[in-house]
Amino acid sequence: MFEYAPAPESRDVVDLKSSYGLFIDGEFVDGSGPSFKTVNPATEETLAEVATASAEDVDRAVRAARKAFDGWSALPGAERAKYLFRIARLIQERARELAVLESLDNGKPIRESRDVDVPLVAAHFFYYAGWADKLEYAGFGTKPLGVAGQVIPWNFPLLMLAWKIAPALACGNTVVLKPAETTPLTALLFAEICRQADLPPGVVNIVTGAGETGAAVVAHPDIDKVAFTGSTEVGRLIARAVAGTGKKLTLELGGKAANIVFDDAALDQAVEGIVNGIFFNQGHVCCAGSRLLVQESVAEELLAALKRRLGTLRLGDPLDKNTDIGAINSAEQLAKIRRLSDLGEAEGAERWSPACELPEQGYWFPPTLFTGVAQSHSIAREEIFGPVLSVLTFRTPAEAVEKANNTPYGLSAGVWTEKGSRILWMADKLRAGVVWANTFNKFDPTSPFGGYKESGYGREGGLAGLEAYLDV
Amino acid sequence: MSRLSVKKTYKLYIGGAFPRSESGRSYPVTSAKGEFVANAARASRKDARDAVVAARKAFPGWSGATPYNRGQILYRIAEMLEGRRAQFAEELGGGKRAALEQVDATIDRLVWYAGWSDKIASVRGAANPVAGPYFNLSTPEPTGVVAVVAPADPLLGLVSVVAPVIVTGNTCVVVASEPAPLAAITLAEVLATSDLPGGVVNILTGRQAELAPWLAAHMDVNGLDLTGVADAELALSCEQAAAENLKRVARPVQEDWTADPGIGRMTRFLETKTVWHPMGV
Repeated sequence: MFEYAPAPESRDVVDLKSSYGLFIDGEFVDGSGPSFKTVNPATEETLAEVATASAEDVDRAVRAARKAFDGWSALPGAERAKYLFRIARLIQERARELAVLESLDNGKPIRESRDVDVPLVAAHFFYYAGWADKLEYAGFGTKPLGVAGQVIPWNFPLLMLAWKIAPALACGNTVVLKPAETTPLTALLFAEICRQADLPPGVVNIVTGAGETGAAVVAHPDIDKVAFTGSTEVGRLIARAVAGTGKKLTLELGGKAANIVFDDAALDQAVEGIVNGIFFNQGHVCCAGSRLLVQESVAEELLAALKRRLGTLRLGDPLDKNTDIGAINSAEQLAKIRRLSDLGEAEGAERWSPACELPEQGYWFPPTLFTGVAQSHSIAREEIFGPVLSVLTFRTPAEAVEKANNTPYGLSAGVWTEKGSRILWMADKLRAGVVWANTFNKFDPTSPFGGYKESGYGREGGLAGLEAYLDV
Repeated sequence: MSRLSVKKTYKLYIGGAFPRSESGRSYPVTSAKGEFVANAARASRKDARDAVVAARKAFPGWSGATPYNRGQILYRIAEMLEGRRAQFAEELGGGKRAALEQVDATIDRLVWYAGWSDKIASVRGAANPVAGPYFNLSTPEPTGVVAVVAPADPLLGLVSVVAPVIVTGNTCVVVASEPAPLAAITLAEVLATSDLPGGVVNILTGRQAELAPWLAAHMDVNGLDLTGVADAELALSCEQAAAENLKRVARPVQEDWTADPGIGRMTRFLETKTVWHPMGV
């Protein structure tokens, strides 16, 4: 194993303020709720104080969005497009700043925020910019819904913002967006980008806060559309809250994806795909390949190779360019991962982690895998949302399908085999919104993403992603 | 003392370079009032062939670039054009306001087509539900090298016929407006500084009646857009010549370049490829 000298990305590119307000009607304003701290999960250092939006603040934001709606929706699509192209370009220009800030606030490795999150964010705005004047070709009509209330999670703070805001604006809606309480900073930097783009005031409003603020956004009577990405548990609450209203709803929720490896797969590639599937972003990925289903005849060989590979993963400073695994986003999430992992052991599965030194400060969890997992075990059923892989085996393709689909979730799945017809047969049988074959965790603005069953409904990305923001 | 200006030599644009015509010929371009403005290169049959070679050479790279990349480059062309608004307006002549409107419409046209790069396949492609255990997918692909006879409208008309051809991955050889070719060469300067690979767009100035027939008959050209051909006999002979290797032909049309362009100019030079693959364990 090689020794790596530290290669930290400089923080200088980020200009952190000591406190941040809400972004309403094109201005940064104080929130009337108590402010809260957002911390660097790798060091527990406080990064900034952030305002909490009360129900009154949310109401102000919704009114600003409503006021802006008439003008924004009446703009020719080509003009709306040009605003979104501007935003895409500004994101490209400020890419490194956004990446460093994302890693600071979220704990994800700079390699990922720099090479995955931020480029995808720019691409998403670029893609939906192009739709703004082409809606009539998409087949959903051209009528926007009105004001969209959008609540997003902490795992991909800026990317989830892009998935929500870009299509909403392209279709002519205005938005009130609530970022997660542990990761509000890139959304507030995005607000600054909206100002640099001269986006009309009120088209994008950002209200920070915790669950109560999100609930106020969802419950506001003048919201026409709710879009939520987060846990299935909260998704259910939201579906219940909007029942009987005229609000349109899309939900992108949890997952417990099966990553299925057949005996004819290219095992070295499969090992890389398994690692990417569950350890990308510390496993804080709703579509993570958290259940490895491996064909019995190659299980031993694959596990040996997988363990060898896990031994080379580098955990530590998220801003270090060599880091593979960063910090767990919050103490709360770390506690959940620990609880479920302990439960895995208590229920009889065998736990394994490579030798891995954890930093003393901050929230950390080593890459972990469980063998001897039964379908009834909690770690095979519940979404852990951390760097924890449960390994199960199968003998036949039919058994693989049966086990893969044996979950209330249906967001994604992976298939590893050199046989094309089997890939397509599996894809046909798997009840999941995205199926990756001989790859995993691939995202593109042109490609729809979203789940079956209790992983939510509606799609984000691609032509299909427009439907959520048009009065169909 | 008044300063004597340095005037630009208008040349051809082939393979990303600006050569003079190999024939050494030029022709005078005059203003609406009949005053001399500049000499334009009068391209020859050999120049046209060189341009086709350059377009063919650029095709694998350009058609193989990601649609996202092609979209970014078309948008970059729009950005570069925006920075030269005043120059183009002056070159177009006529009323300053009308000229600026033309330039603005041209920039917006580029932005319109830039957005299509990664959407046309979603609108024109399909998963086909064949009656059997097969995966069956149709996607649009570029036709290849397209020869474009540009309309008289020197900038908006030109961009309105070139952008839809290249955004999908085709490369092209363009015969610029014969009476008003200068904006086309200035546009080439924009293209050359917009990350557009050399050879994707090649621009010839000269006599339409001299150049179009060679391109129409060229066996390494796959598509022919006759939009700018006003002479019905020339159009007929070009279409007949194009039949030899079954070029896809767009016949001459009178078009209002300020109208919504639609997607017909893209789909005309697209092929549909359908892939079958069995499904089964």
